[in-house]
Amino acid sequence: MLKVAIFLLSLTPAGWLAWLTLNDQLGANPVEMLTHQSGLWALRLLLITLAITPLCTLSGWHAPRRLRRMLGLYAFFYALLHLLIYLILDRGLYFADIWEDIIERPYITVGFATFLLLLPLAITSNNYMMKRMGRAWKTLHQLVYLCGLGGVLHYMWLVKADLLNPGGYLFIFLLLMLLRFKPFTTLIRRR
Amino acid sequence: MLIKNSPDIKPSEITNESHYLNRRSLLQSAGFMAGGLLLPSFFGHQKAEASVTLESYPNLKASHFSTDEKITTYDNATSYCNFYEFGTGKSDPSQYASKVKPKKWAVTVAGACDKPGQYTLEDILKPHALEERIYRLRCVETWSMVVPWVGFPLVDLLKRFQPNSRAKYVRFETLHDPDLMPGQNRNTLDWPYVEGLHIDEATNPLALVTIGMYGKELPMQNGAPIRLVIPWKYGFKSIKSIVKIEFVEKQPKTSWNLSAPREYGFYANVNPTVSHPRWSQSKERRLGAWGKQKTLPFNGYADQVAHLYKGMDLKKYF
Repeated sequence: MLKVAIFLLSLTPAGWLAWLTLNDQLGANPVEMLTHQSGLWALRLLLITLAITPLCTLSGWHAPRRLRRMLGLYAFFYALLHLLIYLILDRGLYFADIWEDIIERPYITVGFATFLLLLPLAITSNNYMMKRMGRAWKTLHQLVYLCGLGGVLHYMWLVKADLLNPGGYLFIFLLLMLLRFKPFTTLIRRR
Repeated sequence: MLIKNSPDIKPSEITNESHYLNRRSLLQSAGFMAGGLLLPSFFGHQKAEASVTLESYPNLKASHFSTDEKITTYDNATSYCNFYEFGTGKSDPSQYASKVKPKKWAVTVAGACDKPGQYTLEDILKPHALEERIYRLRCVETWSMVVPWVGFPLVDLLKRFQPNSRAKYVRFETLHDPDLMPGQNRNTLDWPYVEGLHIDEATNPLALVTIGMYGKELPMQNGAPIRLVIPWKYGFKSIKSIVKIEFVEKQPKTSWNLSAPREYGFYANVNPTVSHPRWSQSKERRLGAWGKQKTLPFNGYADQVAHLYKGMDLKKYF
């Protein structure tokens, strides 16, 4: 029940963007709107995924752990959407421009690298691969922390002058990392 | 292309001055803005609602500088703005400024000239015949628009103040009033906003003092009541809501240049061959469009302005 609700909820941003597109409601710069929103939702879902473990540890309520894989895959889904919108709609699949972006603009270098890191995580997010890879699976999936950092940096380096919003995401990311350290969580739980 | 102005306006239809600045509602919306910053900004763009009445300008002179390219819709040109004084989001200015109409306005003229002083907006505008100029405007962020501006040549205004031989540059300043402009409560830029031009640029016939667009007064989010439009330069050079004009001897320190000197030069001429560290400048997207088009040197105004920069290394003086 919880899983179905979260599944549908995670799909609503995509549905909303599709609705805005079909009804010509994306505003003055439709491609920018789609790029920004898909990217923001990828980052939000990635951070929500990273919030599950500390949430369960602190609350003692462990049901949400089952949602981690689905939320992580949704983060990948929005990241893929974000990449495709950039490649097709923004750059018109003009590969010389895309290559120049990847080499010359740090925020795109980081964004692209983050997507490449997410890719193996998404591919191995199933029971079959988990069994097959054994211990290596866990090691591989620790890359998700690097993806979180990459996503936040991608956002920070894109912004011109106002770092308040990306700074908020950086703060949440760092907090979620901090909440993984045992001495810290036991301290909170004892209170 | 013909611009249709609304049919002749009778004096009785011209708005009275009842819809003026309401500070309280503005401050409330500033509070909303601060609270909403981290919330998902997901609900599309907010349309600029005409909550203040903007006076129309009938009988505008046409200009041979006008382009016949497709004009950006009024909605797009007034709802998607960079005006950090009202917030850094593209829809912040239309959301927080569209209810504002400045009541009294004065411009201080200072520096190397024979007629310095405080001029009311009426003083400034009185001797000038208004014309309509349809210009391309190219933002450094790679979007662009085509707007029918209402105004008169900057050179005609500057001449009246009789600049002397020490006037090598002109420095412009935007209003600094955090009560009116909630974005100024945060130090996103070093307020007040400052822009500048070399005197030869400022006296080029393309440089336009602008008080209206689409046949009407400027809405606040587009820089009411008086701004510049410098069509061969990136948009941030076209300073809005001007309160000070100063003739100076040295190149003035300008806001974006101070904020990130590697990214924004003093000249900021539109140049497809000089990339911004975060954007290639070779292409641009018109507001409302999905596809991109090639960006032209000096935004297509090379014939009028390229001679100003003869012999200059435009990669160095970007």
